[in-house]
Amino acid sequence: MAKMIPMKERGKRVQRAMPEQAVKERIHNFNEVPLGYAKEDAIYEAQRCLQCDPPTCMEGCPAEVDIPQFIKKIVEEDFSGAYFKILKTNSLPAVCGRVCPQEDQCYKTCVWNKAGKPIAIGRLARFVADWAREQNIHEELPEIEEKDKRVAIVGSGPAGLTCAADLAKMGYDVTIFEALQKPGGVLVYGIPEFRLPKAIVEYEVGEIKRLGVKVVTNFVVGLTKSVDELAEEFDAIFLANGAGAPRFMGIPGENLNDVYSANEFLTRCNLMKAYRFPEFDTPIKAGKKVAVIGAGNVAMDSARTALRLGAEEVHIVYRRTRKEAPARREELVHAEEEGIIFDYLTLPVKILGDKKGNVTSIECIKMRLGEPDESGRRRPIPIEGTNFNMPVDMVIDAIGTVANPIVARSATGVQTDERGYFVTDEKTCATTGKGIFAGGDIVRGAATVISAIGDGKRAAKAINDYLSSGGSLRKQIIH
Amino acid sequence: MVFKIIRKEKWHDVVYSMRVKAPYIAQAAQPGQFVILMIDEKGERIPLTIADYDREEGWIQVVFQTVGKTTTRLAQMNEGDEFFSFVGPLGNPSKIGKYGTVVTVGGGTGIACIYPVTKALKEAGNRVIAIIGARTKGLIIMEDEMRKASTELLITTDDGSYVRKGFVTEVLDEVLQKEKDVKKIWAIGPAIMMKVVCDVAKPYNVETTVSLNAIMVDGTGMCGSCRVTVDGETKFTCVDGPEFNGHLVDWREFMNRLLKYDRLEKLSLEMYKEKQQKGEE
Repeated sequence: MAKMIPMKERGKRVQRAMPEQAVKERIHNFNEVPLGYAKEDAIYEAQRCLQCDPPTCMEGCPAEVDIPQFIKKIVEEDFSGAYFKILKTNSLPAVCGRVCPQEDQCYKTCVWNKAGKPIAIGRLARFVADWAREQNIHEELPEIEEKDKRVAIVGSGPAGLTCAADLAKMGYDVTIFEALQKPGGVLVYGIPEFRLPKAIVEYEVGEIKRLGVKVVTNFVVGLTKSVDELAEEFDAIFLANGAGAPRFMGIPGENLNDVYSANEFLTRCNLMKAYRFPEFDTPIKAGKKVAVIGAGNVAMDSARTALRLGAEEVHIVYRRTRKEAPARREELVHAEEEGIIFDYLTLPVKILGDKKGNVTSIECIKMRLGEPDESGRRRPIPIEGTNFNMPVDMVIDAIGTVANPIVARSATGVQTDERGYFVTDEKTCATTGKGIFAGGDIVRGAATVISAIGDGKRAAKAINDYLSSGGSLRKQIIH
Repeated sequence: MVFKIIRKEKWHDVVYSMRVKAPYIAQAAQPGQFVILMIDEKGERIPLTIADYDREEGWIQVVFQTVGKTTTRLAQMNEGDEFFSFVGPLGNPSKIGKYGTVVTVGGGTGIACIYPVTKALKEAGNRVIAIIGARTKGLIIMEDEMRKASTELLITTDDGSYVRKGFVTEVLDEVLQKEKDVKKIWAIGPAIMMKVVCDVAKPYNVETTVSLNAIMVDGTGMCGSCRVTVDGETKFTCVDGPEFNGHLVDWREFMNRLLKYDRLEKLSLEMYKEKQQKGEE
């Protein structure tokens, strides 16, 4: 049995690295890249934790995970105990352990961060969740008094799933409505298999269903039924339908055949499994020379997916520099290791094609950085006369998303801002429609899985407050 | 939710009609809208226009022609079989109003798509001249329904095997010459037919609405696969359409985009047929 080690020893240790699939191999498959800690790695890393009181790491966790406690359980080799500690507040531990940008969250607030070696909390969470799944360990469901109140959740992404799980644990009758054929939202359509295996998402969704949450797939709220109609059947509603619609650059040639939005490219690959065509029926084009526009996580995912589909050359074309790239460092480094070519300070101005609509090249212009703009980042300015042609046969736009209006336009009295995102109270996620709450990307614009989880938790609390103080959408309508 | 085929009819070697139990969709459906279905977990999502629906009985009717692997497999499904996914109603309803004399044009399986629009236009008090056409007699579908749904029904076949010889666009030209006060035209069929309808209607200055059968994935505005240029602006067929002013559609781009996966679609169908012959599927 492992045990706590002396403080001095903890200081000597450095962060335990996580093994990864070798670059040479991984660029030819869709299997997960980081391979996870072995038991020994997890214990070694957990022993480094100083068990701070109060624990500053928790300040960085929107999922409110009791980090020191679950780490302590790992040291004690009580892995199921550690799993239950995490599960108490976070219903998506294996997902979070993989895709949460910990460097901006708990790693940042961990005291060891000052020494440049924060505890690898995410890797530990992943280890614990994977262990529990492999050992088939399930949380024992507490005896709860069922409440006679029904909550509808629109969208089964991280915000919706979290809110649903928390409310179900409080005893509410919860139904999630999902437009696609599978639950998970961005976790299934957006994030590639090599970063987040779909079997893991399916498993954690299954665990949430075990809590009594009902998931209705193939149901487009806003079209199959309006939010107004749901309000007649449910006591409260949480809108978590995601950011949705892809943004395009608005340059000539963008509707040529081989120009994809990252949303389409990734949805075909991840949700529809086009990378296994023709075993799966959904086709995808596999470009030889691909340009991905943008440098966020979605751009990295698109570039690395294109590579795995057999591209000979994949470029990330970004108008700023590596420093401003919004992707997680880990993802950026993975892409660099895999041989993605980064064309910084480069802006596409035109996409050129042949008569059949096939892309032949993109015309770009070189940029330089000027004064900082509203976002605090230095504004990229085109350098006149530097236009050049980059021969490519496929372009993927990964420059962000805009709000999808389908849900909002079917919700009377629920205000959106000028960009179409729901206006909410930051603390409670309450919209301007009584009994209707909203969170995740449809409030924040494209953000992170962990902030969506945080919204789901806040909304669940606020919905509980609303319903326990006698609130009900159904009542409002009857009166 | 379970989406079961409750009636299947073979109308021609390559044309089938199916009624699918889908109460919520039937409840919300309106003329002009479509559904997206998946046969099984490995299937692709394909859009099909809603040909008819019954709110009380809770079904949706779709009509399709076997073209690729998915429609070929669809034709092999039977009453009692269930879809893995069946979602809708998607897209915007047709803008039905009382306009006066209007013309609806349906070509091939597009006849099934123009049917609910024709019916709704007549119910709204319009004088509806419907023109339907197909390659040959056997492919003229829903003739009785169309006759009931319209004020006047004109039929044509490319090979002259039924009623008369000629394209729907030739019939349309004759109608427009004769009728001086056609307010609007709706046309649904193959892209090239819809384009030519617009070309024919243009000199008469009649507003022409077309329903675009773009390639889609989610059908809810999430992917942009179905984008089309209308009046110089990019639109998503699924959420901004599927109906657009045909005179403003960039047809060349649209028709190019329809062929995007042509090679892969053919490959997929060939492999499927081969497997079937070997008795593997």
